[in-house]
Amino acid sequence: MTKLAPVLSAHWDEKDSFTIAAYTRHGGYKASAKALAMDPDAVIQLVKDSGLRGRGGAGFPTGMKWGFIPQGDEKDHYLVVNADESEPGTCKDTPLLMANPHVLIEGCIIACHAIRAKQAFIYIRGEVTHVVRRVNQAIEDAYKAGHLGKGIDIVLHVGAGAYICGEETALLDSLEGFRGQPRLRPPFPAIAGLYARPTVVNNVESIASVPAIIANGAQWYQAMGTEKSKGTTLYSLSGHVTNPGQFEAPLGITLREILELSGGVRAGHKLKFWTPGGSSTPLFTDEHLDTPLDYEGVAAAGSMLGTKALQIFDETTCVVRAVLRWTEFYKHESCGKCTPCREGTWWLVQILRDLENGVGTEDDLAKLLDLCDNIMGRSFCALGDGATSPITSSIQYFRDEYIAHLTNGGCPFDPVKSTLFSGANA
Amino acid sequence: MAYTPDQLQVMDAIIKRYPRSRSAIMPLLHYEQSLAGYVTNEGIELIAKLLTLETAEVSAVATFYTQYKRKPVGEYHVGVCTNTLCAVMGGDAIFAALKEHLGVENDGVTADGKVSLEHIECNAACDYAPVVMANWEFYDNQDVSSAKELVDSMRKGTPKAPTRGPNSLVTWKEASAVLAGINDGKANEGLQAGEPTLLGLKLSREGK
Amino acid sequence: MTTTQENPTAQEVELITVVIDGFEVSVPKGTLVIRAAEKLGIQIPRFCDHPLLDPVGACRQCLVDIEINGRAFPKPQASCTIPVEPNMIVKTQLTSAVAEKAQRGVMELLLVNHPLDCPVCDKGGECPLQNQAMSTGNGETRFEGVKRTFEKPIAISSQVLLDRERCVLCARCTRFSEQIANDPFITLNERGALQQVGIYENQPFESYFSGNTVQICPVGALTGAAYRFRARPFDLVSTPSACEHCASGCDMRTDVRRGKTLRRLAGDDAAVNEEWNCDKGRWAFKYVTAVDRLTTPLVRGADGVLATASWPEALAAAASGLKGKRAAVLVGGRATSEDAYGYSKFARIALGTNDIDFRARVTTDEERDFLAAKVVGSTTTYRDIDVADHVVLVGFEPEEESPIVFLRINKQVRKRALKVSAVATKLSIGVDKLKAEFIRVAPGAEGSAVAALSLTAKSVILVGERASESTGLLSAVVQLGDKSGAKIAWIPRRAGERGAIEAGALGALLPGGRPVADAAARVDISTLWGVSSLPANPGRTTSEIISSLNNGELDAVVVGGIDPLDMANSAEVLAALKKSFVVSLEIATSAVTELADVVLPVAAITEKSGSFLNWEGRPRAFDSAVSDSLNRSDLRILSAIADQMGESIMLGTVTQAVREIASLGKWDGARAKFAPVAATGAQKISGNEFLLTSWRRLLDLGTMQKGEANLAGTARKSVAVISPKRAETLGVKDGDILRVSNKHGAISLPALVEDIHDDAVWVPRNSFGTQTLISLNAVHGDVVTVVKA
Ligand SMILES: Cc1cc2nc3c(=O)[nH]c(=O)nc-3n(C[C@H](O)[C@H](O)[C@H](O)COP(=O)(O)O)c2cc1C
Ligand code: SF4
Ligand code: FES
Repeated sequence: MTKLAPVLSAHWDEKDSFTIAAYTRHGGYKASAKALAMDPDAVIQLVKDSGLRGRGGAGFPTGMKWGFIPQGDEKDHYLVVNADESEPGTCKDTPLLMANPHVLIEGCIIACHAIRAKQAFIYIRGEVTHVVRRVNQAIEDAYKAGHLGKGIDIVLHVGAGAYICGEETALLDSLEGFRGQPRLRPPFPAIAGLYARPTVVNNVESIASVPAIIANGAQWYQAMGTEKSKGTTLYSLSGHVTNPGQFEAPLGITLREILELSGGVRAGHKLKFWTPGGSSTPLFTDEHLDTPLDYEGVAAAGSMLGTKALQIFDETTCVVRAVLRWTEFYKHESCGKCTPCREGTWWLVQILRDLENGVGTEDDLAKLLDLCDNIMGRSFCALGDGATSPITSSIQYFRDEYIAHLTNGGCPFDPVKSTLFSGANA
Repeated sequence: MAYTPDQLQVMDAIIKRYPRSRSAIMPLLHYEQSLAGYVTNEGIELIAKLLTLETAEVSAVATFYTQYKRKPVGEYHVGVCTNTLCAVMGGDAIFAALKEHLGVENDGVTADGKVSLEHIECNAACDYAPVVMANWEFYDNQDVSSAKELVDSMRKGTPKAPTRGPNSLVTWKEASAVLAGINDGKANEGLQAGEPTLLGLKLSREGK
Repeated sequence: MTTTQENPTAQEVELITVVIDGFEVSVPKGTLVIRAAEKLGIQIPRFCDHPLLDPVGACRQCLVDIEINGRAFPKPQASCTIPVEPNMIVKTQLTSAVAEKAQRGVMELLLVNHPLDCPVCDKGGECPLQNQAMSTGNGETRFEGVKRTFEKPIAISSQVLLDRERCVLCARCTRFSEQIANDPFITLNERGALQQVGIYENQPFESYFSGNTVQICPVGALTGAAYRFRARPFDLVSTPSACEHCASGCDMRTDVRRGKTLRRLAGDDAAVNEEWNCDKGRWAFKYVTAVDRLTTPLVRGADGVLATASWPEALAAAASGLKGKRAAVLVGGRATSEDAYGYSKFARIALGTNDIDFRARVTTDEERDFLAAKVVGSTTTYRDIDVADHVVLVGFEPEEESPIVFLRINKQVRKRALKVSAVATKLSIGVDKLKAEFIRVAPGAEGSAVAALSLTAKSVILVGERASESTGLLSAVVQLGDKSGAKIAWIPRRAGERGAIEAGALGALLPGGRPVADAAARVDISTLWGVSSLPANPGRTTSEIISSLNNGELDAVVVGGIDPLDMANSAEVLAALKKSFVVSLEIATSAVTELADVVLPVAAITEKSGSFLNWEGRPRAFDSAVSDSLNRSDLRILSAIADQMGESIMLGTVTQAVREIASLGKWDGARAKFAPVAATGAQKISGNEFLLTSWRRLLDLGTMQKGEANLAGTARKSVAVISPKRAETLGVKDGDILRVSNKHGAISLPALVEDIHDDAVWVPRNSFGTQTLISLNAVHGDVVTVVKA
């Protein structure tokens, strides 16, 4: 049985955990002091050795990403922290920043030093007023304490409601004051990112993981996790479970283990389908309860670890309704730049709506799959690809349920049953 | 609306945060919403002038992001998450109930201007589903009756406090100022984390 | 000494060989796959791709399979964004089933929200979407849902209409406006399926280059008000043509239906206008069919009244009126090269004089010398701008006065931050867009500012025709050029000016830049023309001709297409014409035809063949686009008059003129010498006095913009510009009315407080509500009084 391993979350249960006092009480800003005394290349090497991989979804090795920044080029370099967290199901960076913003700030200081950047930006989604307050206050306090403003500066940039701005190049355009649409690559951000300068874009959790790595060493971090997926990470459990919440565990833990720890699927119900890493990662079912939740394990089972957003749905949930709603999300969030995603999501929603209402024929399923084939790998960025994941995977596992809508002339499920307050005051 | 010298000074400070002025467009739009409640034409024209952009460039940005409103919203802007997980767990029912209760459609504002309603996408609080946001503060674990009570309290002018947020709910304009990066001194108010956030840590302390 | 460096064009271009659909092709490094395929004749469908815009890869129509060094990309790639690489193997729709399906899929998706209104769409018949839907699309639609709808169409300027439903969101128009024209007035708004092109509600799409967006829109989403619903493409006959409006030298296409020009499009000349033009060139062609168009000759009878006459009568009247008289020629800057040559030869042979000038504007001897010494034969080109280290604008506002030059400079500013400096009185919109260094001078003080510049042999000085209005300025330019080795180009406003110089339509020059004063030059030309001798004394300038007509030293004048209102002393001009025997060759009634003794209607540009030399000296020949009963070029008429006078010039046809000009050969004798003139500097002012400065805007009251109200609607608003300091003294803010006056008259315009020299007040020269030359009879640097009205 895998044991939980709170590192990032280690002190969140202290009432003042978000203050600089609490953070320093637990050794905060010692890692940055240590890192600043090191050669930047040594810091990059240490992060490389730790095996830390990006927690924003793609799992790219963080140290390697830092190593791509050209050195000695006399240009300004930038660190940009991706705190846009908008992938459905994903809810880890937000509580992290609410409970302990200073760990991110310390991580930024270390990362800036490593990549020779003087300026970091934290791009946070705009729909979280209190988190914005906390991060802003933490930055102010870090300046007051002298951690910032002596060669390294941080600016908090608040988004305004656009999932696509989580995509790193759209984020950069947004940060430069444009509409958040993805950029053509190459050039990659490491060469020409923010203001066309070498830029590292990392997820909140990736950067927040760095201070502990510096403090405890690469060996310590390496020792946790699986062969190619090192360290601990936040798994976010939500949905039809007895106890939802954040679980920090070594990579490779299974859903079965997390459910056992936390009290399982809600009483009297059983698991139907779940996402391993947000809505853009193909659905899993109870077949996958023992899939190791690391980058390789999930990929081998046909999905992606993504953001480790474990959204659990029990047997009361209509998969067609679930998928339709996600598809509506992608339609709403499509940036509009490329044809397959913009027009494809428009069309997908219409077909799925019909299917959910029992209108259509089995041929529409084939059409749906063919449409997904015309979107997947044809769109400009991964949003379009992600939009097809719930559809293709749900048809793979629940084809009969789609057909049942058609034969039933509508949805056979009672939506009330799947609510949290079913039987109560619904 | 005329802008006061103080307001212009705030805008100038916002612009100075960035190495290139154009980057200030988003915080300036948030700031405009904190003054006018929404993005007015005067706001667009002023921002264009301050950033030496064409007005079309500013309105292009303003219309891309859903948090920027081109018409007034309520003093309390209520967002009900109806993305899949929240929807399934009760968000749909809450949204339907609030529409009826307030007598408004999606994006509608009550006649008294107190409350506006919008269905929103996933707000990164899935472990607290179903989630309702007001002025982008968290109201966790809602159900139909708690949501109705919430909007009723807003209409009375005594809104309930957010579950994870400051001690009392600020207005839409005040929240917009926070999003523009202006410190309202409330960062230390409220919980550091809700129960779900702490669940794993608690279990770990229990040796799991 | 190395030899390779002497010839920069011989620079090695690295070639890369790739295989596309099994065929090898070698293309320069950096070539995009989509264009490498074109070289093989393989057409990959596309929408957002445009060779002159930055790649975006947005429409995804051009997907192909690519493999490099044996490693295949996991998914099809947009061929419009990927440059060729060594060992690249590309499979297009022709050889890859995946690419073929991908393209079909994208095409199907593009049509999801596209209305099926081809039968009523202006683009029908020449629509890339329609064409590619035929070649790449499925026969039937699988889409049974609800299409997006928009209110349609909306006017985004008085000239451009937008049908959002038809838009495929390729962003060509918005990218053009931002990248090429530097006028980001149209943008993509909203997002996702609601994304749409639009303007900001209070700022219409008033860009001088807006028509290009209509031309490059791959569907019928953007249409020009002037052409909307007028014709189907297959009803049109297209003729390559040259733009007659300015000296930029655009290649154009004229589309005619049943003898009537319905539209003009930018042609494609990579060396000049690339694929762009300006809205004046595109839309100002209705003057040709304007109501005041002259159709028959007129002769002033014994009763003093102009009356319709037959051609033989009119020609005879002209000939007898000129024969044996002391006559001169004023030709204007709009003649074709061939016509200008006709006037030049007519003056020398039929009238026996060098009294000819094409400069119907404020002119000086300094300028005439400058033209003869530095402009004729000059070889500065657009290419020099492309490679310049510094471009200096002197008395020249490229966006207003030669828009394609503006685009070219802008391109280099965008591409490589080309340094641009402008010696000017006022910071203009265009100069601001070029991020130029603004060297602010008082009107009249330009010369010393130019003298203070330091340039290199790679620099280019672009001098406008207004430089002649500041004494000593051209001399300063010449000196700067001599000192630094910088190239000098003179960029006049009108299409025919450079051609007129080369044709010898100037008192000091014979055709081919031969100085009149040079005996060998005269022998050259007299031999060619088969005459025993040519007049040897240099001819009068425009202003000398006018004053000589007035004081009786001259009796008669042949006037070809000039507008006295272009000259500061218009009253004097009109008086001179009234006094003299005037033969006027014109397309429409004008102040000159009113006073003429013989009026001979000539063909408009679309009705005749000929050529123009642009500011570079680059010829562009064109054929008549409209066959018309008025197909009479000026030179044919001049030739007929000369015949009647018994002094044949033998230029019955344009072809004859072309042949004769070609046989002129090069003049390798000495060039006319330039005699520098000392700058006089700005005039002194006090109190409410200001120094007037003005230029003409691209869209204004120009006679060739008549009849096109939609175009006029996009003209910049008339304002009087003063500096913040003077505005404060006058207690004036933006929008207050300013009264600009002198002893001749006054102009009242709304004030605009802007970056301008404190001593100066700027007003547009010939715009709505302000015809400076007529109202004030004042030129650049003259003292005027400005008060708050
Ligand atoms: C549509 C889309 C949305 C994304 N949203 C986020 C996000 O909210 N937060 C995030 O960190 N990464 C997000 N990503 C991934 C980022 O593009 C990028 O890979 C990541 O920020 C890199 O950080 P990491 O290497 O630390 O994971 C998104 C990607 C896509 C395609
Ligand atoms: S896939 Fe295309 S339309 Fe969708 S978000 Fe990415 S770039 Fe925008
Ligand atoms: S033409 Fe290549 S993506 Fe549009």
